[in-house]
Amino acid sequence: MPSLRISQLAILGIATGIFSGLFGVGGGVVLVPLLVLWIGFDERRAAATSLLAIVIAASAGAATQLIYGNVHFVAALTVGIPAVGGVLIGTWLQQRIPVAVVQLLFSALLVGVAVLVVLK
Amino acid sequence: MIALAIIIGVAAGVLSGLFGIGGGILLVPALALVLGLDQVEAEATSLLAIIPVAAVGAWRQKGYGNLDVRAGLTIGLFAAVAAIVGVALVNVLPVNLVRYGFAALMLYVSWRMASSAIKQLRAALDPNAPADSR
Repeated sequence: MPSLRISQLAILGIATGIFSGLFGVGGGVVLVPLLVLWIGFDERRAAATSLLAIVIAASAGAATQLIYGNVHFVAALTVGIPAVGGVLIGTWLQQRIPVAVVQLLFSALLVGVAVLVVLK
Repeated sequence: MIALAIIIGVAAGVLSGLFGIGGGILLVPALALVLGLDQVEAEATSLLAIIPVAAVGAWRQKGYGNLDVRAGLTIGLFAAVAAIVGVALVNVLPVNLVRYGFAALMLYVSWRMASSAIKQLRAALDPNAPADSR
């Protein structure tokens, strides 16, 4: 697969950042469909790339929130440590489920996100 | 309550690994409703908790040969800057209108993702289809 142009990466990043800033949704629900439908990545490549982008974007966001004093460390560890265990299971599982099935499940997740955004 | 938070944490991680999302969709409610943080604290704390989760997920995906490091890093940098713009826009735009627009967009994208997935599944199940179509 040829590497993506910087203009494409910029558009992907800007769209992801603006929507997540506007609605408080994570960037993944915006970025993964863009990578799949626009760039033509399969679900595994899209998810992998999205997770790395999230590390960068969430670090910037968390640093800002640390300055404001809104971060609770004990609570972050309480949910974060189990979630690290969960992500090992999730990535392992993803390699064993056909990419089209993962994509179908993702489309169901997006319906849930649409409902949450309206109810918020 | 702690046990429930741990269970939701594991579930958030599984979703994160399976779909390439941060998992905030479950972590924020767990922090707010189960551990009693207010909404702003829950969203801020979720951002911190997501970092190691996404990092471990990306690291595993690199091992599986799926990670485009340059793309992920570059998109993340642009997204970090653009998020500041997004937060600023909340105060300028008619947010309720935009919210319904975004929900409609999510439903449309969901339909596109589902129909492309079903097309792939049909091709994979069709014995006459060429092997490269799956």
